[in-house]
Amino acid sequence: MRRFTLIAIPYLWLLALFLVPFLIVVKISLSDVAIARPPYMPQLDLSEGWAGLKAFFSELDFENFAFLTTDELYWKSYLSSLRIALISTLLALVIGYPIAYGMARAPDEWRPTLLMLVILPFWTSFLIRVYAWKVILAGDGVLNSVLVATGIISEPLQILNTNTAVFIGIVYTYLPFMILPIYSALEKMDDSLLEAAEDLGASRLSAFWMITIPLSKGGIIAGCFLVFIPSVGEFVIPELLGGSGTLMIGRVLWQEFFNNLDWPLASAVAVVLLAILVIPIMIFQRSEDRARERGE
Amino acid sequence: MAEPVFAPWTDPEAKPLIQFRNVTKRFGDFTAIDDLTLDIYEREFFALLGPSGCGKTTMMRMLAGFETPTEGHILLNGQQIDTVPPNKRAVNMMFQSYALFPHLTVFDNIAFGLRREGKDKDFIQARVDEMLRLTRLSKFAKRKPHQISGGQRQRVALARSLAKAPKLLLLDEPLGALDKKLREETQFELMDIQEKTGTTFVIVTHDQEEAMTVASRVAVMDEGRIVQVATPDVIYEAPNSVYVADFIGDVNLIRGVAKARTAAPQATPAPKPVPEPATEAAQPALNRDPRPEPNAMGAWLHDNLLKPILGERPEDDAPKALPAPSPEETAKAKPAAAPDIPEGGLSIDWVDGQPALIAANGDAALDGKKVVLALRPEKLSIGKDRPDAPNVLRGKVIDIGYLGNISTYHVELTDGTKVKAQVANTRRISRRNITWEDDVWLGFTATAGIVLEDEA
Repeated sequence: MRRFTLIAIPYLWLLALFLVPFLIVVKISLSDVAIARPPYMPQLDLSEGWAGLKAFFSELDFENFAFLTTDELYWKSYLSSLRIALISTLLALVIGYPIAYGMARAPDEWRPTLLMLVILPFWTSFLIRVYAWKVILAGDGVLNSVLVATGIISEPLQILNTNTAVFIGIVYTYLPFMILPIYSALEKMDDSLLEAAEDLGASRLSAFWMITIPLSKGGIIAGCFLVFIPSVGEFVIPELLGGSGTLMIGRVLWQEFFNNLDWPLASAVAVVLLAILVIPIMIFQRSEDRARERGE
Repeated sequence: MAEPVFAPWTDPEAKPLIQFRNVTKRFGDFTAIDDLTLDIYEREFFALLGPSGCGKTTMMRMLAGFETPTEGHILLNGQQIDTVPPNKRAVNMMFQSYALFPHLTVFDNIAFGLRREGKDKDFIQARVDEMLRLTRLSKFAKRKPHQISGGQRQRVALARSLAKAPKLLLLDEPLGALDKKLREETQFELMDIQEKTGTTFVIVTHDQEEAMTVASRVAVMDEGRIVQVATPDVIYEAPNSVYVADFIGDVNLIRGVAKARTAAPQATPAPKPVPEPATEAAQPALNRDPRPEPNAMGAWLHDNLLKPILGERPEDDAPKALPAPSPEETAKAKPAAAPDIPEGGLSIDWVDGQPALIAANGDAALDGKKVVLALRPEKLSIGKDRPDAPNVLRGKVIDIGYLGNISTYHVELTDGTKVKAQVANTRRISRRNITWEDDVWLGFTATAGIVLEDEA
């Protein structure tokens, strides 16, 4: 009984905060837009009993999903989102791995401080931090002023309102999620493994490729998913830093929902987005399970 | 192949494989190794023994190439290797933690070094198979390290470090993680493998029994210096300092002032020789025979597998006798080994009101100095009657340590000094006639102890 209760808590949590809202979104995505409050129909009228329920279900359809395929804006946005998320993830890996590596190899007494520094940005609001990048990257912003003043460039660079600014924003925001799992994997590694590899004739570089990288694989995978998944649906960063040409599905969703007040279509966009993300999440879960089977 | 006695260190012509020349290693202010000079010869099984922090691991890491000496030089085969990186040395190391690569199978772990050398596939396959057979791991080739037992992991680590056929194999506390029984078995396995492969082994350990069991020579270290380098029997029977006597095995240290003896003393009773009470008894406990017969498995392995590589197993395969202690050492330790109380030596006044102890093997040069008489517990006889021995002590049994094969009696002498005597339990325990609170006599011969200058 006690065991059942313990298992029930996370399932109830999942049910109340994920499954139920998701089903509501699915329901809305199958409805039609209407000038009403809320702005869609049919509405479920339980006072009419069984007949009302039947009438309600008969009016649901997949129209909105069909519509997503007719306008190339949508699939282009999805693709663009995936591309931006993928590039950002790779950039975060390339930047985050050396940082995590340096942290894991730092003297013991430094590590808590370094860890603190990685987490520190979370103490300020995400919005403010992204907004700060506007100030830095703007045409007359901090970065351009410094570069022009030092004579490195003569004309200010156009970074703000481009995809580059979006990459900078995403990498900056999600870098801790890349660093932390890799750091935790590297920190567990026994240094004598590298010495053993060297002792057996491997150079430092090949010891890194053959020992360090495979042993931090779990951290790399976890970090990549933690960056990739939220990046795909990111709205704030492309909205604040991206230009009009920055197509991301999060922005499309926002526009459908708030500008066009088309809740059903926005819901359909969200459901498809979720389907796109569930696949990598499942791959991630499988790899985690396999790692657990290996007894890590 | 089978020399009568393996003792290259007594041969001035022999060329050492490894030479430490005035090596000093400092870490900041801390001196880990202090002006150390040492030769290690080919085919030796050399043990570095000492308490933790004595510098033995630093020495090993310098041999492996993970540390460079601050001063002095290390030579391998006459070549200076001070700054040669670990991956360019014909030296392999077996790590204390084994350091097996957790993501690779047993086979891939053993093949790791060979692949780095760029050997072809068939060669690697053959060599790894050979190593797997040598260490009895063939069944486990496809397993990952976490899927095998501690003893098997230990053997994988050994196989991996031997795969490249290094000139020198370093073993860092190789048996520390094994339980006692497995450790003892593995010690003999190690010796067997060392003899079969002809590799020079340097083992670091803090376990003196282990060092004495496996090693051809033992270096006892303390605070970055080597206190004594000698064969296990010399280390045990003729330690050169109180530190070594105390570190190796059990010892009674009786402090006193030495006086040169000119004639045999009159006070003591008939100098009938007391049979050395328990030297045999001590042997099983201490595993002092360092060269056991190769076991049946070893012999079979050799005859069936390794013969083409290593040649015939020597027929006479007599256990390689321990080298005799060098003449000076013998002279110092036991100048006269006559059974009767010999002339000369020292008498030691150790406490007022008790007859002086006679150490006929004492160095007359210590006359008038403060000395320590180091007495191994098994060299003392214990009985209810006064023994016929040159040295006799009287006391009361305060504790008995029963170890099965031997018993250790803790005896408090009349002046309060506590002395240990060890006796083989040749009789059943029910027939033991000495028990707690009994008044007993302890006796030992004039040459049973070693007189050392008191450092304290």
